[in-house]
Amino acid sequence: MAQAPDRSTGALDYLVVRKIYGNKAPQSGSDETGDKMAQATGDGPKSNGILGPVPVLIPLAIFIWSLSFIGPVSNGEVVRLSYDWVPSLGISLSFLIDGLSLTFTLLISGIGALVMLYSNTYLAGHPQYGRFMLYLTSFMLAMLGLVLADNLISLFVFWELTTITSYLLIGFDNESAKSRRSALQALLLTGAGALALLAGLIILGVAAGTFEISEILAKGDEIRAHALYLPILILVLAGAFTKSAQFPFHFWLPNAMAAPTPVSAFLHSATMVKAGVYLMARLHPALSGTDVWMWTLTIFGAVTAVFASVLAFRQTDLKQVLAYTTLMALGTLTLFLAFDSGYAITAFTTFLITHSLYKAALFLMVGCIDHGTGTREADILGGLGRIMPFTAAAAALAALSMAGIPPFIGFIAKELMYAGAVEAATSPVFVASMALAANALMFAVAGIVAFKPFWRPGQPTPVEPHEAPWPMLAGPIILAVLGLIVGIAPGLIQGTLVTPTVAALLGSADEAKELKLWAGVNLPLFLSLGTFAIGFVLYVFHQPLRRTLAAIDARAPNFDRGWDRVLDGLKALAEFQTRLIQSGVLRRYIFITFATLFAAIGTTLYLRTDLPDLEGIEVLAPKQWAVVALIIAGTISVVLTRSRITAIAALGVVGIAVALIFIMYGAPDVAITQLLVETLVVVLVAIAMLSLPFLDKPGRHDHRPLDAVLALGVGTVTTITMLLVLQQPIDLRLTEYFEQTSWPEAFGRNIVNVILVDFRALDTFGEIAVVVVAALSAYALLRTTAKEAQ
Amino acid sequence: MKSLILRVATRYLSALLLIFSVYMLLRGHNEPGGGFIGGLVGATGFVLYAIACGTTMAREALRVMPQSIAMAGLGIALAAGLFSFFFDDAFFTGQWLFIGETEDDKGYPISTVLFFDIGVYLVVFGSILTLVFAMEEEI
Amino acid sequence: MEILLSISVGVLVAAAVYLMLARNVLRFIFGLILISNAANLVIFTSGRLTLGAPPLIEEGALLPPEGVANALPQALVLTAIVIGFGLFAFALILVYRAYTTLGTLYSDDMRVAEPRSEDAG
Repeated sequence: MAQAPDRSTGALDYLVVRKIYGNKAPQSGSDETGDKMAQATGDGPKSNGILGPVPVLIPLAIFIWSLSFIGPVSNGEVVRLSYDWVPSLGISLSFLIDGLSLTFTLLISGIGALVMLYSNTYLAGHPQYGRFMLYLTSFMLAMLGLVLADNLISLFVFWELTTITSYLLIGFDNESAKSRRSALQALLLTGAGALALLAGLIILGVAAGTFEISEILAKGDEIRAHALYLPILILVLAGAFTKSAQFPFHFWLPNAMAAPTPVSAFLHSATMVKAGVYLMARLHPALSGTDVWMWTLTIFGAVTAVFASVLAFRQTDLKQVLAYTTLMALGTLTLFLAFDSGYAITAFTTFLITHSLYKAALFLMVGCIDHGTGTREADILGGLGRIMPFTAAAAALAALSMAGIPPFIGFIAKELMYAGAVEAATSPVFVASMALAANALMFAVAGIVAFKPFWRPGQPTPVEPHEAPWPMLAGPIILAVLGLIVGIAPGLIQGTLVTPTVAALLGSADEAKELKLWAGVNLPLFLSLGTFAIGFVLYVFHQPLRRTLAAIDARAPNFDRGWDRVLDGLKALAEFQTRLIQSGVLRRYIFITFATLFAAIGTTLYLRTDLPDLEGIEVLAPKQWAVVALIIAGTISVVLTRSRITAIAALGVVGIAVALIFIMYGAPDVAITQLLVETLVVVLVAIAMLSLPFLDKPGRHDHRPLDAVLALGVGTVTTITMLLVLQQPIDLRLTEYFEQTSWPEAFGRNIVNVILVDFRALDTFGEIAVVVVAALSAYALLRTTAKEAQ
Repeated sequence: MKSLILRVATRYLSALLLIFSVYMLLRGHNEPGGGFIGGLVGATGFVLYAIACGTTMAREALRVMPQSIAMAGLGIALAAGLFSFFFDDAFFTGQWLFIGETEDDKGYPISTVLFFDIGVYLVVFGSILTLVFAMEEEI
Repeated sequence: MEILLSISVGVLVAAAVYLMLARNVLRFIFGLILISNAANLVIFTSGRLTLGAPPLIEEGALLPPEGVANALPQALVLTAIVIGFGLFAFALILVYRAYTTLGTLYSDDMRVAEPRSEDAG
């Protein structure tokens, strides 16, 4: 199981398996997967039928609907919709549409539509296509709910829904052990973070006095000054960092590439992994501005960005390369959220949009290569430019944006990043050099991903390369071209998305900086030129560098293997404590239960109260003494006897003595019931005894001194507790109410019966239901025994 | 149980117990008694009959499966509780009708509460007979 | 009398616990019967004891006479007795079935659901 995430072919998509191994059984358990895929790629029908493209309409409709909000939002309006959900807990289903949530909504639904169109061809004829689309659509709706929620609790619910749907999608190829492991890893890690997040959100809601996000954001100063600010921050960031795969929780994301490529493009680069970033941005007005916030985000973001860029460089599987560059992007976004200057936040917003456009395009492009050649190995691929011209074009456009070359939007984002870094109040040199390192590596990676496979010589691929069909090309081409269009005309997103988002984070639209290709000769421009130079050198020498990195990486501690060790430890602990507590011996369970009861009551009695007052034993009539003597004598006989008949008779004595107490103290109904039940108990026991053996095995006595000590202890604390209870004053209001209303309102003179069938009829109904269930299940037990015996 | 005297005596005793059980049920709202006690008394009568004459005869005398009686009782109790729905009252609020009501005398009362108690009676009666018959037959 | 009954309850509980810890599950059932009786007595006694005055309203009266027994615990105990009987009957039949299936009444030997580790391996 302990597989490193960086084993070349990282995610074994069906395609790869099928193409490499053909119909011969591969050594892993993936042969079924290969066969399954044969339907999709072989001679069988290559279509999902007429219903295949229908799911595309859902995101498309949402995309068009959200476009209608651009007008109001760009005018600085905030749209809010609210429905009560659990009003007693202050939880409502409320939604907030401002610049930030609208930007995310458009990205999610727009990319969602393209990814679903792509999937219809990518998984054409796949037997589980319907399931896949269901998961993908559910994910998308959950993600939309997450970014639109205006209530901390509903945000959390949607957050968890994205975790679960992501789990299902990563493990979509459920016959592969690797997929299952990756899915579980993502689920456990993000799920653990989500628990912290839930705690953080609840404390935040309590500290702010409201769970509505829009109200919390207005109380930033109050929250930052609150005594619980630090716990809130730590817990919320724990959730955000695990979700957005920040170092040292980064390792689940490359493993998540076990999912089919459209999922990787959609969830694990464009949308879900940005949920953590979204959360930090959403709560930015409430939580940012302190030193803790700034340093935590700066350090985690920067370390993640650089660490991921280096690892990206080290990969050979194109999909893994992209996975690590996604980590780098997430680190960079976190880094810029650390600050609250106009440049930093504008850079954040622009890079957010830019990255979603080019990274989704590149992932889909890798899927096209995979589909067309049967491999994703960077070292093998080459010379595809002429055979797959459209894929190559999309790749080139997206990669130029990624590399930050003008006039692509990526260039503007990079310039803004440098401007934001230079403006950073406390650590400009650190932030700028981090950004420089990450961007230079990004430049080199762009060359590896989008230049080499198409325009450099390569080796023969498992399948004769062919161009992808148009539904698979539509996504990458549209997204890549968009990167060029908004680069040339940044005004398209400036007023509609970027400025409103900056306004949502910083509270004022004036803070937003202008997106422009030519900002004059300044420091960011020089840094850009430096980036190109370093990046080019890195690209040229990438193969020797990769070997060096691989050598270092092999010796460095591996987080993925560490994760396995943590899980193994957890399992060992579970096994140890199960063995300790669950011995499988019924008597031991009962012993522990009673011992716990004894310890709990005994300790409380010892610490909290004096012994009960035994004075004032009233003068009792002989009949009262006699009844009590009967109970005690009967009880002792049941314990001591070795004869079944004596035991039944003694039990009868106890029951009848208890009935006598009921008669003496004014409870005729109870006494009659007790007597009748006692009769039936004797009948049932007598019937059962006919076929059951004796109480003790011959020659064995039932001596258990330890049990006797515990039994005496429990009996003693019961008596003491009862005496203490009886010394408390009694509250008779309920009884008096029943006495006063029994006849005037319920027309009954037997108060006990009136309580049973009228005042507390619902309780009685529950009780007779229990009686029926007990009788029917006992009957079923007997009848099945009879059938088995035959 | 081969004793002829016991078998003959049990027939009358069981019948008496059954009548007595209905009496206990009906008087329960004003005097000691009620569905629980009535059901127990009635069941005891049939248990006696089953012991003396065998479960086959007891089942024949009963005509209906005891578990059906228990389920019917549960249904009647539930219906009695739901009945208040028609009068816009809370679930299980008793509804009363007095037949022949005059200024001095309330007449004969009929109420959902009585039906609820009948349900309790049938549940207890049916459940106990289910258990006892099954045990007698299987063990 | 309350003190005397408290002691009786203590004796009943002690005996019940001892019996429930026995190896033979039939003794467990005896313990179950005793502890139900003890519980009923606890509920009944907590409502305080009143000698010979059942909670009934006389014909023609609106209220019960002064100082009648507390009706509420009586109602609780009444249903508790019936439910206790249902539980007892079910437990008895479960024991009977366990005996016919497993051939033993000793809980230590009933290891179908949780086999001993050496059996499992």
